[in-house]
Amino acid sequence: MNFRWIKKKAAALLRLLVLAVPAVLMLAPVVFVWSGSVMSRQELGVFLGPALDGKDGYISWRLIPDYPTPEHYKKLLLLTPQFFVVFWNSVKMTGSILAGQLLVAVPSAWAFAVYRFKGSRILFRIYIVLMLMPFQVTMLSQYLVLDRLNMMDTHLAIIVPAVFSTFPVFLCYRGFAAIPRELLDAGRIDGAGELMLFFKIGLPLSSGSVLAAMVLGFLEYWNLIEQPLAFLKDKTLWPLSLYLPQIGPEKAGEAFAVSVITLIPAVFAFLLGKDYLEQGIVASGLKA
Amino acid sequence: MKKRWFAAFILPGFAGVFCFVLLPFADVLRCSFMTAVTGEFVGIYNYRRVFENEAFRLAVKNTARFTAVCLPLLIFLGLLTALLLAGLKQAQTLKAIFLFPMAMPAATIVLVWKMVFSKGGFLNALMGRQIDFMGTDLSFWVLVFSYVWKNLGYTVVLWLAGILGVPSDIIEAAKADGAGKIRIFLSVLMPQLKGVFYTIAVLSVLNSFKVFREAYLVAGAYPQESMYLLQHLFNNWFVWLELDKMAAAAVCLAAALLILILLLTRLWEEGEAAG
Repeated sequence: MNFRWIKKKAAALLRLLVLAVPAVLMLAPVVFVWSGSVMSRQELGVFLGPALDGKDGYISWRLIPDYPTPEHYKKLLLLTPQFFVVFWNSVKMTGSILAGQLLVAVPSAWAFAVYRFKGSRILFRIYIVLMLMPFQVTMLSQYLVLDRLNMMDTHLAIIVPAVFSTFPVFLCYRGFAAIPRELLDAGRIDGAGELMLFFKIGLPLSSGSVLAAMVLGFLEYWNLIEQPLAFLKDKTLWPLSLYLPQIGPEKAGEAFAVSVITLIPAVFAFLLGKDYLEQGIVASGLKA
Repeated sequence: MKKRWFAAFILPGFAGVFCFVLLPFADVLRCSFMTAVTGEFVGIYNYRRVFENEAFRLAVKNTARFTAVCLPLLIFLGLLTALLLAGLKQAQTLKAIFLFPMAMPAATIVLVWKMVFSKGGFLNALMGRQIDFMGTDLSFWVLVFSYVWKNLGYTVVLWLAGILGVPSDIIEAAKADGAGKIRIFLSVLMPQLKGVFYTIAVLSVLNSFKVFREAYLVAGAYPQESMYLLQHLFNNWFVWLELDKMAAAAVCLAAALLILILLLTRLWEEGEAAG
């Protein structure tokens, strides 16, 4: 055990300590939300009063409540039928969008990756530019189409435009483009048709990038705000992400409970797809 | 043969992109030169009205300020974090923690922010003061913080992937030549990371438009002046059905972003050629 070894260890420890600060900041909100969701109304009122109701004094908090209670979850799950409506709205919209993207974006990505010619390169550039345009740019144009097709104020107004997003095309393209051309040519010589190549070579070899697109997509569509806010007037059609902000400060416990329930599928997708998520983020960065 | 299969695979997707994105945007471009109600051709009248609009000017100013503050901050903090993370045993776990805010619903973040930043919130309790973060110009900085908090994760992941992708023999060679740590960082590592930088910049601009979620949920359609962004403006014009102004503004925003993207691409490709 020499001096250099100790120095190296100390440097690593110091780096960890510095990094612990942002790490705690990143995770703290989850801890707050969780403890708030099992805290009784009375306790919440006392603790949160200064922050949310403008009472005098300062906010205080217990990470473990004095009297943990499932009352907010009970109320939500047993006495608030509206909650189930919005929950299923979210599930339906997110599920339909991702399924639609699988059907539409994955083959498009395959087309761009495998059948390259001058025209396809130009079209791909257009796709990239479209992927980078924020919702505000396309909001009016989407509205004009949706209105003409009588889709305003239906779930289709959210689902259909999202299905044709070009972002998943780009992510899946990265995976397909990494497949060696020789492999495809070998398949062709052995008599495999183009469809066969897609299903037997393309999909299995780049399932990672397809999953990456799905995980990123899930996190995006599960938390939609702008689109439903603009295109859905009927509140019974709203997703969870818009239902949550409507809960007033006097019902903070319920808001915490809804937050936890909203977080569960997202965390689940996050943990399952963590590696793909990272892969997807990195893929979104490499050269087109 | 090639083209036929290309068409077969792309057609379902392209039909949708064409009908729901390209064609309607062309329509918006047409509308931007006409009145919304009567459909008369008015030339650049709508554009003039947009540029003379007080709210539009305020929103452009705030959005530009927000981007100018956030982008360098996020990119720098991401790089710093990635450099600290590189080579640590716990890098995987920490990366996952930094990515976690991506999963947080905007409304939850807003609720927690209220606990932290309101007059009686944690931050004031910590400092023993009664600062009104949300009702004054400070709300802009709360928004900046919230943006960095939410987007730091993927920035770190991208930087780290870039740093670990630099061939170690280049660095070893520089070390053998007697280059110091800072010298290696500036002259060896940084030039290799231009592509990563480009990506982070583009993604960060794109994601900066999404702070509207937090801003809107925390303060509604008409927030404190320093927080009034282009996104609020588009949303409000949509609500008030100011479609002609909106068309002109959408065209301007698209053009501005397109120029920015092309500029960054140019820089990037020059960097590639030089590196």
